[in-house]
Amino acid sequence: MNEFIETKDVHLYYGEKEALKGINLSFPARGINALIGPSGCGKSTYLRTLNRMNDLIPGVTMTGSVQINGQNVYSPKTDTVELRKKVGMVFQQPNPFPFSIYENVTYGLRIAGIKDKQLLDERVEESLKQAAVWDEVKDTLHKSALSLSGGQQQRVCIARVLAVKPDVILLDEPTSALDPVSSGLIEDMLLAIRDNYTIIIVTHNLQQASRISDRTAFFLNGELIESGQTKQIFMQPQKKATDDYISGRFG
Amino acid sequence: MDPIKNKIQNTSKETRQDLYGRIISYSCIILIVVVVLSIFFFVASKGIATFTINHVNLWNFLSGKNWNPAVTDDSGHAELGALPMIVGSFGVTFLAALFATPFAVGTALYMTEIASHRDEKFLQSVVELLVGIPSVVYGFIGLSVVVPFIRHHFGGSGYGILSGAIVLFVMVLPTITSMTVDSLRAVPRFYKEASLALGATKWQTIYKVILRAATSGILTAIIFGMARAFGEALAVQMVIGNNAVMPKGLFSSASTLTSVLTMGIGNTVMGTVSNNALWSLALILLLMSLVFNIIVRLIGRKGRMQS
Repeated sequence: MNEFIETKDVHLYYGEKEALKGINLSFPARGINALIGPSGCGKSTYLRTLNRMNDLIPGVTMTGSVQINGQNVYSPKTDTVELRKKVGMVFQQPNPFPFSIYENVTYGLRIAGIKDKQLLDERVEESLKQAAVWDEVKDTLHKSALSLSGGQQQRVCIARVLAVKPDVILLDEPTSALDPVSSGLIEDMLLAIRDNYTIIIVTHNLQQASRISDRTAFFLNGELIESGQTKQIFMQPQKKATDDYISGRFG
Repeated sequence: MDPIKNKIQNTSKETRQDLYGRIISYSCIILIVVVVLSIFFFVASKGIATFTINHVNLWNFLSGKNWNPAVTDDSGHAELGALPMIVGSFGVTFLAALFATPFAVGTALYMTEIASHRDEKFLQSVVELLVGIPSVVYGFIGLSVVVPFIRHHFGGSGYGILSGAIVLFVMVLPTITSMTVDSLRAVPRFYKEASLALGATKWQTIYKVILRAATSGILTAIIFGMARAFGEALAVQMVIGNNAVMPKGLFSSASTLTSVLTMGIGNTVMGTVSNNALWSLALILLLMSLVFNIIVRLIGRKGRMQS
């Protein structure tokens, strides 16, 4: 069976250091997938192979194959610009541009050449509503996004990604810098959009993974230890390392 | 007295050292403040004498087009119109900034966004080298290359505002470049990442995010460059022609506040009208550098409010 995202034998090196040691992992279309594991286990690195953000880091080499919707992400013909429009990313630290909220959300559309004011307005409202931040910012759309709280900034960043209507949304520990209330809002929001997007979220927070994800993959020291339905990973892990990690014996 | 009480109640060596350090730094600060204030006081008191003692009208001084401090008319007043020099100074300054800004921003973008680490280091030392060249060398090159070039291609003597601006362009280029590099480096890396992750090209990221986030820093760099151009004396004096008349165009011989000052200050007697008039020019220079400083402050404050 062909999955929506398929990665085969992905090795990645930072200079000499092997950060990913042959990852075979796939994700079906739509739903929430969690990547868990202790710090430095390679889960963020793996996430960044999916939209080729590792290309930006000097000295990185990668082997193996990554296919999204049947297309080879690392083919020389792949246009990273087009790829990243289809595979959006939300970072750990809220990183809105120092522009107005409106300009932040429309950034992806504008660089894609969309100028129609009405369409932009519609997308802004739609995306901010999806990101559960519309009610808080609808009257201050033209104020600087930096004047918002951290949690609001992160939801504006999510709206910025949603506005370009990607197929896949990658989230790299999106709530680890936020308070529990903001984290809860983002979790609810992800649950609300899970049927329309393929969501992959890296998280340190095991409860978060068990609350919101459909499937979970456990990484350790650059290797994929175990992956499967979230319920199964948390209730009946097959490997001892997984059991040790989720029951808090290390990590 | 018991030893612990003794230790706590007596000043320790470290506390005394702290005090000495504070005294030394405060004395240095006081010295600098005193020097700056005395410069202001000295130049101002001399510069104002033209208006208080020699009774030259301030407005006539700023708007008059004839500069003949040595010649007095029937009523005993010298012709002191500083407008030609003011126009000359602003002319070369703005032109130099206009020429230098695109090159400086381009170079800075190449250094921060495109060049490899090795190229960046190389360019950095080239820029630093440009700063270190004495202005007389720039003036000499201007005199032997730029002036003949302009004479050959545009006619006239070759001396004039354009020649001055070209020499100043090279001189302010490193100032504007290195300050622009600093402001581009100060743009957080995650803005760039966020933009690229949204499917922006490198050029879109530079144009729409990095340059925009660095705008106030780049403006500050330009103003600093202008302040340097405005105050430069020697190199400009060598190529501008030193003719204290209203410039008729970019190619006619002209003069700046600084060039008139350096040419004239040794040839006048303290306390005479012609000497006082030069001090008034110096006062204008000083006030202008104050204005440049204030503009830089305002831009900096605006930049901080945005972010």
